[in-house]
Amino acid sequence: MKIHEYQAKEILRSFGVAVPNGRVAATPEEAGAIAQELGGRAVVKAQVHAGGRGKAGGVRVVSGPDEAAEFARGLLGGNLVTAQTGPQGVPVNTVLVEEPVDIAQELYLSVTVDGAAKAPVIIASAAGGMEIEEIAEHSPEKITQVHIDPLIGYQPFIGRRVAAALGLDAAQGRAFGALLGGLIRAFSEKDLSMIEINPLVVTGEGALLAADGKINTDENAHFRHRDLLDLRDAEQEDPLERVANERGVQYVKLDGDVGCMVNGAGLAMATMDVISQVGHAPANFLDVGGGGSEEQVAEAFKIIVSDPDVKKVLINVFGGILRCDVVANGIVSAYREVDVKAPIIVRMTGTNADEGAEILNSSGILVAVAADLNDAAAKVAEIG
Amino acid sequence: MSILVGEDTRVLVQGMSGREGTFQTERCIAYGTNVVAGVTPGRGGTTHIDRPMYDSVKEAVEQAGANVSLIFVPAAFATDALLEAAEGGVELIVCITDGLPTLDMAQVAQYLTKTGVRLIGPNCPGLTSVRERQKVGIIPGNIHQEGRIGIVSRSGTLTYEAVSQLTALGIGQSTCVGVGGDPIIGLRHRDVLELFENDPETDAVVLIGEIGGTAEQEAADYIRDHMSKPVTGFIAGATAPPGRRMGHAGAIITGTAATAEAKKDALRDAGCYVADSPGQIGITVQRMLTERRIGF
Repeated sequence: MKIHEYQAKEILRSFGVAVPNGRVAATPEEAGAIAQELGGRAVVKAQVHAGGRGKAGGVRVVSGPDEAAEFARGLLGGNLVTAQTGPQGVPVNTVLVEEPVDIAQELYLSVTVDGAAKAPVIIASAAGGMEIEEIAEHSPEKITQVHIDPLIGYQPFIGRRVAAALGLDAAQGRAFGALLGGLIRAFSEKDLSMIEINPLVVTGEGALLAADGKINTDENAHFRHRDLLDLRDAEQEDPLERVANERGVQYVKLDGDVGCMVNGAGLAMATMDVISQVGHAPANFLDVGGGGSEEQVAEAFKIIVSDPDVKKVLINVFGGILRCDVVANGIVSAYREVDVKAPIIVRMTGTNADEGAEILNSSGILVAVAADLNDAAAKVAEIG
Repeated sequence: MSILVGEDTRVLVQGMSGREGTFQTERCIAYGTNVVAGVTPGRGGTTHIDRPMYDSVKEAVEQAGANVSLIFVPAAFATDALLEAAEGGVELIVCITDGLPTLDMAQVAQYLTKTGVRLIGPNCPGLTSVRERQKVGIIPGNIHQEGRIGIVSRSGTLTYEAVSQLTALGIGQSTCVGVGGDPIIGLRHRDVLELFENDPETDAVVLIGEIGGTAEQEAADYIRDHMSKPVTGFIAGATAPPGRRMGHAGAIITGTAATAEAKKDALRDAGCYVADSPGQIGITVQRMLTERRIGF
């Protein structure tokens, strides 16, 4: 789960990582007042779950409280469109107002999980301020990666190794070790999947300051971090995704017009691929899950057809744990509750496929039955 | 002897008395799997679906001679179950449970590496030795045909799709392994390829990958440098947008190496046959077998 920068910085601060003074504001007046407290000059940053805010006009250094309030007024209540959002953007409901940072040097520091090494990894670079992908492309020699053995955890030698790679002097190295230790403790105690500080600023006085902070949490671990659930901002999510999420369906909204319902993430991606190979585009990713019930299938179906972009629906189910008759019953019950105009193409195979086909046939719902994946793709192209 | 499981396999099931555990264990037994025990704390001394129950893995290993553990316990208890299985003395663990915290898996994976115990999963469909009728997982038994093609995949139903395409063309399978869709798993594609390369009952391999991570590139490196047997690959997720998680926790494009195109290129460069469409996995394998003059 993504959280806002101001929330990430609160977590970092609680683990001893220095961040700029500042607070979050929900109104222009508050933004102005915070700028006043900070001495006038301030940085105002739109709080959205998307990168690329600076280039999109979501961040500005302001000269005083009036400008802070004015800039906040322009952002709050509107949507910010960045390179990482869709064309509709994401709503800006809060801004972070911080004191400006005196930058002598910008570093890059992140902690994430390396699946190949089966361990958390620290990624650091002296070329901060750029996206890590850019650094990797232009100056890969400036990237240092150090793994943390999960059975040992963070030790000071790890901090010394990374600090040396960053070219920090002895005093800065000690401060950096303390900061990195706090970062790793936050990562493990909060079950995070990513912390990225870019830039980590070396100030004119030689202090280290996290000028930006991005944190993703591991949703699989939320059961033991109820406090993290309070940080969720559902308004940053697509409305259909939010509904699907609440109903236990894995759904991601996409740009195309063929709605699809599939069991299993791999097959769902493969179904999206086959749709695009016949010149169409998927309107969504949807995995009804292995243990899906009739109700869950019905909810999933309703979510798909409630998307105004959907012009056709492809249902592709390989019955295993999830039986095809359960899927068919779910579709039929949902179909009777909502007004469905899009033609429906169904491919069902595996457990109880014949029973499922019979339920759909006798229901009177107009569906095209596809024999296999290729046939399903062909029918997506032909029908409608 | 097929890979990972075979005629010497003696399975204990952790979480066998639960709804899912019961349902799936019955299907394993019906397929022919040698299930010798169930483990549910507090149920020791009873029987369930005609198998003795034990309170701990250690007892099931010592008293029932189990050497493989199949795990169905809920996510919040699965880390404990995994470590208990490893400490309890089994040689192979297959964890079907999904939703394990990633950092728990990091600890488990490091501990397993140090103890030499193999893990398939978590968040996986498990594996089936078709030739020796040992199904340790949830892959439907009736889609297989016995043969000499090995399959390694991340996902469940896409694996069934590939298997059924092969079976429809009369191409049988030796062992079918679903390694799981999480960021940190036990055996990875590369590890299973090595087992297939050394398996006298496997002539060729189907590798099914997806967006996210670099497991397919590691696999491609192994294929290029060490494999004599031909491989057909397919990568799901060519149409997935970057930065969005496609169901599996590991299926997210972060950086160019994680894209379907980069992975397909790596496989092609390693000399693999690559199916561009998921509907063409079967016929691509058929073409590979014909061109490489491998009977099936």
